[in-house]
Amino acid sequence: MSVLLAGVAATLFGVGTYLVLQRQLSRIVIGVGLMGHGANVLFVIAAGARGRPAFTGRGGGPTTDPLPQAMALTGIVITFAVTAFLLALAYRSWMVTHDDEVEDAIEDRLVGRQPHQETGGPLSDMDPDGGGLADPDVMTEARTRAPAEPHASVGGTEAAGTAGAPGATGAESSG
Amino acid sequence: MSALVALPIVLPLVAAAASILVGRSRAAQRTIGLVTLAVVAGVAVALLLCVDADGPVVVEAGGWPAPLGIALVADRLAAIMLCVSSVVLLAVLAFAVGEADAERTHVGFHPAYLVLSAGVAMAFTTGDLFNLFVAFEVTLMASYVLLTLGGRPRQVRAGMTYVVVSLMASTLFLMTLAFVYEATGTVNMADLHGRIAELPGGVQNAMALLLVVVFGTKAAVVPLYFWLPDSYPTAPAAVTAVLAGLLTKVGVYALIRSQTLLVPEAARPGTLLLWVAGATMLVGVLGAIAQADLRRALSFQVVSQIGYMVLGLGLFTVAGLAGAVYYVVQTIVVKAALFLTAGLVEHTTGTGRLARLGGLAHRAPAVAGLFLVTALSLAGIPPLSGFVAKVGLLQPAADAEEWGILAIALVASLLTLYSIARIWTNAFWGAPVDPVGRAAGGAAALERPSRTGVMVGATAALAVLSLALAAGAGPVFDLGTRAAEDVLAPERYVAAVLGR
Repeated sequence: MSVLLAGVAATLFGVGTYLVLQRQLSRIVIGVGLMGHGANVLFVIAAGARGRPAFTGRGGGPTTDPLPQAMALTGIVITFAVTAFLLALAYRSWMVTHDDEVEDAIEDRLVGRQPHQETGGPLSDMDPDGGGLADPDVMTEARTRAPAEPHASVGGTEAAGTAGAPGATGAESSG
Repeated sequence: MSALVALPIVLPLVAAAASILVGRSRAAQRTIGLVTLAVVAGVAVALLLCVDADGPVVVEAGGWPAPLGIALVADRLAAIMLCVSSVVLLAVLAFAVGEADAERTHVGFHPAYLVLSAGVAMAFTTGDLFNLFVAFEVTLMASYVLLTLGGRPRQVRAGMTYVVVSLMASTLFLMTLAFVYEATGTVNMADLHGRIAELPGGVQNAMALLLVVVFGTKAAVVPLYFWLPDSYPTAPAAVTAVLAGLLTKVGVYALIRSQTLLVPEAARPGTLLLWVAGATMLVGVLGAIAQADLRRALSFQVVSQIGYMVLGLGLFTVAGLAGAVYYVVQTIVVKAALFLTAGLVEHTTGTGRLARLGGLAHRAPAVAGLFLVTALSLAGIPPLSGFVAKVGLLQPAADAEEWGILAIALVASLLTLYSIARIWTNAFWGAPVDPVGRAAGGAAALERPSRTGVMVGATAALAVLSLALAAGAGPVFDLGTRAAEDVLAPERYVAAVLGR
């Protein structure tokens, strides 16, 4: 019994880890959910041998340990809430970028290109106060990051096609 | 007296609910938030005095006796952390009230901030490992909301990384809890102190390492730090200050607590922690040097600072831990003040890009002064508090003859000074630059007029507190030493919780 459950937990963690390492937000959300289930199965193992339910007062024999079940319940509730938040965030992300991909960190790219940019110019697209919802520079910068995979969304490829080099757009905006 | 332990958790939660009810009136929300946090700060100070005089205070939640029910325990370390965190939370909230950003535009800011405060207090005072998980989740949930409150594309992207990484760490924590319960049959930390010691050595090591990974991710040590510099800088300045100043230190606190109370002496991963500390110091500060944005540079310095605290823990001596406790206290204050200063810089100029700042020493001398005091304190220039903290850590490292880590800490210290000098020369010296974004920033400021006086006042209060920590280093350090003695010999803690 315990070996079977351990196998189930291992499978859930394995599949969950694989999904979390993907670039699509929807897959990451599912992966995180699976890993949460894996942890809950571990709690079932921690409850020990099978027995009658606690607190019912019916039947004879030993009771199962109710404490891990309470912990698993708490874990489920919390994972549920965070997953809901994550989904809301994923929806928001889709709304502003029309893309399901996790983007590269723009700042890291900028630091990588730093030698050409010490004077400022194209950095203007990263102005922290300039970032409204409709900040076109940030969004353009983000969209051009869309990798050229077959399933990249239409919006992403269009933007990459029209916007040209990210450095060029930044320079235009900073005048 | 024992009710004092529960108040820092209960009060902010009730206040958060009230804050939602009066959501229409920002003035009422402000009053509730500031008054609550001021009361909590008072309670925390009273608790610290109490605990320092009479030993650990324990409350059994719901009246259930200790190994089964959830115990809230305040020993010296918890009380110190509670004190510092509540004071910083209050100062940052005052800053947020002055800042024309998230606080002004969102009903959700005050409730989320109060919940964050309750979660942090719970993480410090809980005596139950599962409850620690809940406390982390409460804190993280509030921080997710605060981080993504504006819903800007940058924030959503950064929030995504932050939420997923935190969730992974939480899942790992849940897994660890299942292992711990399976092996010992309890999650009460005082009870675990005895039970884990009875387990085979390999199991002890496995648990110690799992806890290091879980809390190391929360504390952002190398190689588990990648999420921090990407996510924190995108939030409003006040939020960044409280997340970067406080939340990572909750991870450090959990690391200290778990490695000393739960893990028996033979299984403590001292050498591993020292290596991790060295890598964290170096990688953090090198990252800070490479950054082109003020707040990102400061975020990398947060990572570097975490290394010093882990160094103090890794030595597992009273002197080392005392140094770590003092370091945590001073770095929470200094770091929060630095991020608030960065917020003031952005408020003055409309940008945080180093390349587009300049001449701020002439344009905003008060801001420049605040930056100088806090940044030099961070770098460890005598006679500021950072110097005391670093001496307090390096002395025990020398006593333990850990010369390698000592050298790394000194080099990292020097590099910190370089990274600060780089920020200073770029942003504060030189000819005043009128940034291109100034027009946009100015327009935004006109729309939502902010109270610069309040912002400067809140930042100055924290800077003065950091100076006071240097001036009163003796008593604070003695307190830290007493806390470290308690932490390394937890019999008193265990006896207080289990009533034996």
